Amino acid sequence: MSLDKHEVERIAHLARLEIDPAAVPEYARNLSNILDLVDQLDAADTEGVEPMAHPLEARQRLREDVVTETDQRERFQAIAPQVEDGLYLVPRVIE
Amino acid sequence: MHDKNLTELAAGLRAGDFSSEELTRACLERIAAHDGELNSFITVDEERALEQAQAADRRLAAGEAGPLTGIPVAQKDIFCTDGVLTTCASRMLENFVAPYSATVVEKFDAAGAVMIGKTNMDEFAMGSSNETSYYGPVRNPWNPDTVPGGSSGGSAAAVAARLVPAATGTDTGGSIRQPAALCGVTGLKPTYGRVSRWGMIAFASSLDQGGPIARSAEDAALLLGVMAGFDERDSTAIDRPVPDYTATLDDDIRGLKIGLPKEYFGEGLEAGVARAVEAALDEYRRLGAEVVEISLPHTHLAVPAYYVVAPAECSSNLSRFDGVRFGHRCENPEDLEDLYKRSRGEGFGDEVKRRIMIGTYALSAGYYDAYYLKAQKVRRLIRDDFARAFEQVDVIMGPTTPSPAFRLGEKTDDPITMYLSDIYTIAVNLAGLPGLSLPAGFVDGLPVGLQIIGNDFEEARLLNVAHQYQQVTDHHKCIPSGFE
Repeated sequence: MSLDKHEVERIAHLARLEIDPAAVPEYARNLSNILDLVDQLDAADTEGVEPMAHPLEARQRLREDVVTETDQRERFQAIAPQVEDGLYLVPRVIE
Repeated sequence: MHDKNLTELAAGLRAGDFSSEELTRACLERIAAHDGELNSFITVDEERALEQAQAADRRLAAGEAGPLTGIPVAQKDIFCTDGVLTTCASRMLENFVAPYSATVVEKFDAAGAVMIGKTNMDEFAMGSSNETSYYGPVRNPWNPDTVPGGSSGGSAAAVAARLVPAATGTDTGGSIRQPAALCGVTGLKPTYGRVSRWGMIAFASSLDQGGPIARSAEDAALLLGVMAGFDERDSTAIDRPVPDYTATLDDDIRGLKIGLPKEYFGEGLEAGVARAVEAALDEYRRLGAEVVEISLPHTHLAVPAYYVVAPAECSSNLSRFDGVRFGHRCENPEDLEDLYKRSRGEGFGDEVKRRIMIGTYALSAGYYDAYYLKAQKVRRLIRDDFARAFEQVDVIMGPTTPSPAFRLGEKTDDPITMYLSDIYTIAVNLAGLPGLSLPAGFVDGLPVGLQIIGNDFEEARLLNVAHQYQQVTDHHKCIPSGFE
């Protein structure tokens, strides 16, 4: 599997990552090599094999529907880049 | 004091030969003297450490001490520590003072251990050489021109250089065992679900597992006893009692059946490593164990499956770093998309970006079945290989890594070569099994690791088997020159 420049840019956009345009060819080369490695999976016969989600087949636990968290908004917002009146601030999204 | 094991340190503290404060100061002095060269710590919190040491001394005086009370322990900088910088060795979290502590950290606190600092690592635990750290590479105390392994390279180097008696690590594809092997210390990756992942910054959630890095199996047994246990807050933690891992260390291993996977002794394994492993197996034969060849036929698919599962889960987990709630935020974003892209582009290093992109690609529309689903099926084939092997043998042994420590910069230009340094450790994570690496000799002055793999929840057996070897050998007692 070989990724070209445009595919790398598309993936970077999907992942919301800014990539230096000068570095794109190197990303394309490295990512293509990794996908070549991964493509060895094609040779495996997995007909009828159940995909494994948890090694011990554990299922998600359910708990009682009760409040277990305390309000720690101020504590968590103290480390946020920008907050105001208990709200996280981001650039305007709606004009 | 730096040459004493945990049992000796605990006995010394109880007998009043030295206080926790004295022991903690001795560690801080060794770090100050040696870590400029090694770079094994990102943060050393002297004030907090001394407060904890004084509290431990009060507990010791009151006769309320547990086995780790007053013992300095270093935490890998992937574990959140309330009020202490927690960077995951990333620019993204350069300013992140965690607002809570990981369960593992809480457990050490409750045991009265002293947190001496936070160790260097590969960025977000993605790497096998500690060279992807935003805080610079860690050097291997056995030879400063070589890497300590990764991702828990700081923890392994700090323990090997006797800067701290013990440290924690995390292991997603070999990140405890591989650096333990390269630095000549003992490291244990427990069964998936044995140690809580809560507050341990997530990389690949179906593979990540925390565990101890120590000088010996005996020390690791004490540490695991503190770290292991069910946790409501980790949805994949397994609710099962924690045995006393020290109680079975001295069990006789005569009649133990050891399986050697022929796939772990093929092409790519350096001759010196093979010889050291053979010598270790002879030692086990002398201890009364029986060694038989086995096959794990899907071994060659482990690295390819891993590089789908781990990046896919990484891309999902690391989507939380958005420049909005915590962590790095770019200057003057034009709009929300610019905020996301530049914050993430500036905050993450190259290896992290590569893995996020591989994962994003593998999970993108139309590719899920071909990659993630296929890899999860291969995971089952790999686990089934181990299950069949454990019908014939008690433990599996082989080299932890194909070579001893490689040189700094040797593999940084080629991610694939770097990935292959985890060729013997990755399958264990995919299968969820426990695995341990212990020092088994040297090649050209560099340590070699022997890996012991056990069936689910057989940590006690791994520690027993490792301890018996360490009773008749002294590789684990060797100290790198300059650190005696």
